[in-house]
Amino acid sequence: MKKLVCFGIAAGAGLVLLTAQDIRVNLSKEPRPAVAIPDLRGAGAAQNLMPAFNQTLWSDISSSPFVKLVPKTMYPTTVPQQPSDFREPPPVVETPRGRKGTPEIVTPQTGGGLWMSDWSGPPVSANYLAFGYTAVQNDVLVLYGWFFDLSRGTPANAQVIAKRYLSSVDDAGARKVAHEFAADILAVFGAKSLFGSKIVFVSNRTGNRLNKEIWMMDYDGSNQRQITRFNSLSIQPAISPDSSKIAFTSYARGNPAIVIFSVDPVRQLPFYNQVASVNETPEFTPDGKQIVYASSASGWTQIYVANVDGSGLRRISSTSAIEVEPKVNPKTGAEIAFVSGRSGPQQLYRMNLDGADVERLTPGEGEASNPSWNPDGQFLAFSWTRGYATGNFNIFVMDVATRKYTQLTHSEGRNENPSWAPDGQHIVFMSTRTGSPQIWSMLADGTQVQQLTNQGSNWSPIWGK
Amino acid sequence: MFSTRKLILIAMAAMLAMFAAGCKKKVPPPPPPPPPAPAPVQPTPPTPVAPRITQFSAEPTSIQRGQSSTLRWEVTGETTSIAINNGIGAVMAAGNQRVFPNGSTTYTLTATGPGGTTTASATINVTEPPPPPAPARQPPPTVSFETRLSTDVQDAYFDYDKSDIRSDARDALNKDAAALKSILADFPNASIVIEGHCDERGSAEYNLGLGDRRGTAAKDFLTQLGIPADRLKTISYGKERPQCTDSNETCWQRNRRAHFAPGQ
Repeated sequence: MKKLVCFGIAAGAGLVLLTAQDIRVNLSKEPRPAVAIPDLRGAGAAQNLMPAFNQTLWSDISSSPFVKLVPKTMYPTTVPQQPSDFREPPPVVETPRGRKGTPEIVTPQTGGGLWMSDWSGPPVSANYLAFGYTAVQNDVLVLYGWFFDLSRGTPANAQVIAKRYLSSVDDAGARKVAHEFAADILAVFGAKSLFGSKIVFVSNRTGNRLNKEIWMMDYDGSNQRQITRFNSLSIQPAISPDSSKIAFTSYARGNPAIVIFSVDPVRQLPFYNQVASVNETPEFTPDGKQIVYASSASGWTQIYVANVDGSGLRRISSTSAIEVEPKVNPKTGAEIAFVSGRSGPQQLYRMNLDGADVERLTPGEGEASNPSWNPDGQFLAFSWTRGYATGNFNIFVMDVATRKYTQLTHSEGRNENPSWAPDGQHIVFMSTRTGSPQIWSMLADGTQVQQLTNQGSNWSPIWGK
Repeated sequence: MFSTRKLILIAMAAMLAMFAAGCKKKVPPPPPPPPPAPAPVQPTPPTPVAPRITQFSAEPTSIQRGQSSTLRWEVTGETTSIAINNGIGAVMAAGNQRVFPNGSTTYTLTATGPGGTTTASATINVTEPPPPPAPARQPPPTVSFETRLSTDVQDAYFDYDKSDIRSDARDALNKDAAALKSILADFPNASIVIEGHCDERGSAEYNLGLGDRRGTAAKDFLTQLGIPADRLKTISYGKERPQCTDSNETCWQRNRRAHFAPGQ
């Protein structure tokens, strides 16, 4: 039995637990608070939208590492829909009769669901309760949402959230207010909302299957839309810190070269490519003002940094080896994780932004690639074949300071290109576990795995804000 | 019928005329006799004349060999025979005839009659036609550039994660150099792209760099054998364009290659 040592490093809102060999990324304090979310109901026509609403709200909360949801089967049959529904059950009336002093009337000590103790006590044993209702008013879907801390005794004191949410009267509108309500609930526990964040990725679902185009989707896989239409190979997307630009590698003009697009509106921005047979793996610096990338301008593919239009370029690495995928630490902006073959099979390295203090991060086993910093700049998610045959990559997370690592996927197909979500809790990645390359998301501890794409083949997801 | 009045009137006119004649008084002397007429000249028979050729022409007078010209003729006078030489023979007194002389030819029309023989001639100048259009300077190559590249030039294969030219690749590239010299000489405007490919196992990002090394290694080898560097370009496809997708060493080896493709 491995002895767990609490290392006590805050990872976002969470902790990192280290064993003798590896780390375990725990994303929240234990025990996690228990939340009860009974299905909300809608007045009149709004009831038709409630299946989409309740499913979305439940899904958003259940995918968070910060809380645990109490199963609905535990809930009382009567559910409060607004604070005024709460009724304190009358006290037990004891009427002495005769000398035995047995109560004449025993009132149940519950409110049948309309009192806080009905939810905080067994069998629900929730710490928090979400409730409310929806209605259509003036052609607007209105959600009245409340979130109560059940430990605070009375309804007057328990209110944590009391808010009105507005949207369109359709399923999309119902999902939108559900996402917003869920984000507010999770924010109570320190979660950064992913609502509104985008994932850029590569897909071959349109046109010639040999061609690849850049696509974007919402964080939950909805609203998938095509960005590039080069009818060529466009791969290796990156997204700027403010999500206004994407960079990628394209064969549209012949040899692979870096292309920058603005996202809204979609249009190409100028970028000077070095005269080279390969310019690839672009990445924005955390200030969004520069691009780090790899170029074969000197012969071997090496790391360069340039302004966001390609000007002012400077070579950073100088070896006779293939070096690609530079990723700047988003917290410090001063160090670069990258992939190099300088010691043999491709491994993860780090160096300062000026190329100094190069260190190998992976121990030389197998092949490692695809580094992605977490927002705090402490962890790298990456893909690694350690323990498997060549080419059988799995997703790992490493604490860069200690070089301790943990494995998140376990050889269900190839698992590559992890990218941290802006909340620091989720990771999006590519997996072939269903037979074809698709985009999946999971919590950074490897749980809550969800498939986000299923049309064509899809690769190289990058999670932007 | 005449009426009685008319008959009377006619009879009276006739009697008046007979009366007037019977009443002439003197007659003048007769004129002298005319001189005797000269004795008539005995006509001599006409002497026969030779026939006259009023027309003998060739139209046109200059032709290219293979074309035709038309002879026209007209003969007047008494004839016993009319003929044109050069194989035409006897003809009528007037006529025309298309002729196809192979060379410049003078046609002679001979008309013979009791008065003698008359001849006329017409010359047709025959020129050599221009030579037929020159055949294409070279017969068009029966094998296209693309076909020769794919049949005469073989891929060079590599070890996993390596861009070194191993011995079998050296043999292949040596043969390729000879073939490429011939192909590039036959297609002086063509250029060649050396594609660097990788198998599916390494990361896609790293493989773009690795495929670039393989293409460059093949190019450098061929350049040292005398292939002009400016006619060889390289492009790396990493593992984006595999020629097979099986997950076994046979397929992986097929994909770890430098491949020769037509340039743009």
